Amino acid sequence: MAEAPRMPIESGCPDPIQYMHPTMRRNYGQWVYHDRPRSGVLHHTSKNNEEVWTVRCGTARQMDVYTIRKLADIADEFADGFVRFTMRSNVEYMVADGAKVEPLIVALIEAGFPVGGTGPSVAMISHTQGWLHCDIPGTDASGIVKSLMDELHEEFTREEMPNRVHMTTSCCQINCGGQGDIALNIQHTKPPKINHDLVANVCERPTVVARCPVAAIRPAMVNGKPTLEVDEKKCICCGACFPPCPPMQINDPEHSKIALWIGGKNSNARSKPSFHKLVASNLPNNPPRWPEVGAVVKNILSVYKDDARDWERMGEWVDRIGWPAFFEKTGLPFTKFHINDWKGARHELNSSAYIRF
Amino acid sequence: MAELYNTPNLDELENGPWPSFVTGLKRLASDSHAGAEMARDVLGTLETSYVTKKGYWKGGTVGVIGYGGGIIPRFNELKNEDGTYKFPAASEFHTLRIQPPAGMHYTSTLLRDMCDMFVDNGGSGLIAFHGQSGDIMLQGATEETTQTIFNTFNDYGFDLGGAGPAVRTGMSCVGASRCEMSNVNEQAVLRTLVNAFLDDMHRPALPYKMKFKVSGCANDCMNTVQRADFAVIGTWRDDIKVNQDLWKAMVADKGRSYVIDNITSRCPTSAMTLNEDNSITIDNKNCVKCMHCLNVTSPLTHKYIAKGDVEPILATGDDKGVMIIMGGKRTLKIGDLFGSVVVPFMKMDTADDFEAIEDLAGEVIDFFAENALEHERTGEMIERIGVVNFLEGIGLNVDPNMVNSTRTSSYVRMDTWDEEAVKWFENKAEASA
Repeated sequence: MAEAPRMPIESGCPDPIQYMHPTMRRNYGQWVYHDRPRSGVLHHTSKNNEEVWTVRCGTARQMDVYTIRKLADIADEFADGFVRFTMRSNVEYMVADGAKVEPLIVALIEAGFPVGGTGPSVAMISHTQGWLHCDIPGTDASGIVKSLMDELHEEFTREEMPNRVHMTTSCCQINCGGQGDIALNIQHTKPPKINHDLVANVCERPTVVARCPVAAIRPAMVNGKPTLEVDEKKCICCGACFPPCPPMQINDPEHSKIALWIGGKNSNARSKPSFHKLVASNLPNNPPRWPEVGAVVKNILSVYKDDARDWERMGEWVDRIGWPAFFEKTGLPFTKFHINDWKGARHELNSSAYIRF
Repeated sequence: MAELYNTPNLDELENGPWPSFVTGLKRLASDSHAGAEMARDVLGTLETSYVTKKGYWKGGTVGVIGYGGGIIPRFNELKNEDGTYKFPAASEFHTLRIQPPAGMHYTSTLLRDMCDMFVDNGGSGLIAFHGQSGDIMLQGATEETTQTIFNTFNDYGFDLGGAGPAVRTGMSCVGASRCEMSNVNEQAVLRTLVNAFLDDMHRPALPYKMKFKVSGCANDCMNTVQRADFAVIGTWRDDIKVNQDLWKAMVADKGRSYVIDNITSRCPTSAMTLNEDNSITIDNKNCVKCMHCLNVTSPLTHKYIAKGDVEPILATGDDKGVMIIMGGKRTLKIGDLFGSVVVPFMKMDTADDFEAIEDLAGEVIDFFAENALEHERTGEMIERIGVVNFLEGIGLNVDPNMVNSTRTSSYVRMDTWDEEAVKWFENKAEASA
């Protein structure tokens, strides 16, 4: 009789205490306040009068094992062998001795890891998989992020923004990358190109029909074969049909463009959380450096940096000055596409006498 | 060692000060480990994408014995005219999703062991810390090596995360381990929720994904409100603690206009009054725990505190717990949705409290499994059936904290108004008993 296969041990999410720096373990839930001695460094004090310094550095997120081993070596040399990651793929080293902070910073910078991303800085861009690993990408993610972070490097290592700036990048409109103060998402501008010979073999057609948010997809017969067709007047080019039906190709090397959205915020501080809103589109998907996207991002950041008050997140700044001023100050065009015509759109229109002259 | 392909586009991404994933991939491709050729052919595939602006990976079905999900299969679509692979060593490039320790804490030994376990079993050596759901992504395995890599990680104490229509890997903030704003044991809440539903994670059978995320305060560093079907956010319901001496020292130093412009006037409910003598009065009944005044004052504390004192200028209260916000999600299919409040406050101290949140999550998953349409997230289901039906389905009472405003539409049938009013007064009486 064949040997029974090894069955998995369903251990789930591991207990972090065993991997936690001992100072954090001892003072779990006992922290009282923190300060930021310099950009990239947090200094926390606990009820027990214990202190911990955190040094934060950026990474490429997709790392080779040599880079990870280097991070481990730095942990051994300076941080008692402990690290943690942030949700934006930064690495944090915790040290209980303030004298170790400077040598740790030097070691990280020498090893090529920028130190920063704390306080009012431009944080590392959280992003998706893109051409490297996604099955429906309109663009790359790691590459755009690398190009942008090169350009915004100094805004990561300094704390000179009015408040923190969280950026996100998504390689399609499904937007796995998330909401951000600035979000870069691909925007498809043409309906899917259908390979009718393949649809019946590859796609569960009713599922695809059900997926369309505007009911633009219907069954059809082409060349004697069952397939699907798209009412191109209705189609909003969202791409939702492509994942369950790859013969409905939505990605287009020329016509899939990059759009910028601003003002997304998950924190409740001062104002309720907000979604990001469209500011620019039709930017070319231009690897390997996406210079047009970088130029618009830097323009928006520079206007925000000059014009916003301390503590104002990007969306709060626009709420204060108004959208006409935003387009005036950035020089970006305001088009009919900025006006929402989707469900619930009228809530986004101005129904007041509030107009600035 | 095989020679690397010519990659002029990707080479551009080795310039500049930010760490480059391309340099990492090239290092892997130039190595002698079993997955090196895969890394080399992935570079070739990616360079092709940079030239043609198209993606070349398609999905499929790859798994490990005993589980239905957790591996992201990728097969290469770039083929020669005779049907052979253009980049044969990257004909398969699957990702294993591994659940990290809650709060993403690691030791150097753990990181090194993970690297070794991955490459020694044939993996490419490319790892993402972390994917957007919070998983460690071991990027680059074949169907053959997937099982061995998983077995090794599993024996070491790590488990696969979720993929597809399943409970997903969760995330919790650094919270109590290093943050003064923490109101709950975030990492324990996350582990309670995720680990109670591992069957729903490993054997995808839900209508669509179900995500738990935990933030320790309303700063919501985990972005639970926009990204989790079941968001848990720490909060408190008694008064903010004020150290008036430190507060006054801060006002004297920073000046009244700084304090008015940056702190008191930014309070969203105007609950703060700066008094003539520079002390502060807080209308705690009106405080919505937005966190702004705490965020501003915490980093200033060290300037005014005497060595040995460990009281901040302002601090969260003592009567801590969590709120639960449900239905946040990204764009597909009906557009981005915020979660909305379903439980305004729940204590989270005792074993019974933890059992209560687990029970509620169980009700939610059962209701979702039975009532959502295929490929519908909880937020979309709630939008389709209405939040009242959802609350009744999972056995929660309505609460005015659940709305921004009451209804504006008169198109509703209200013939059970009196019974509902009685219910409100009964629930109120029960809560105050």
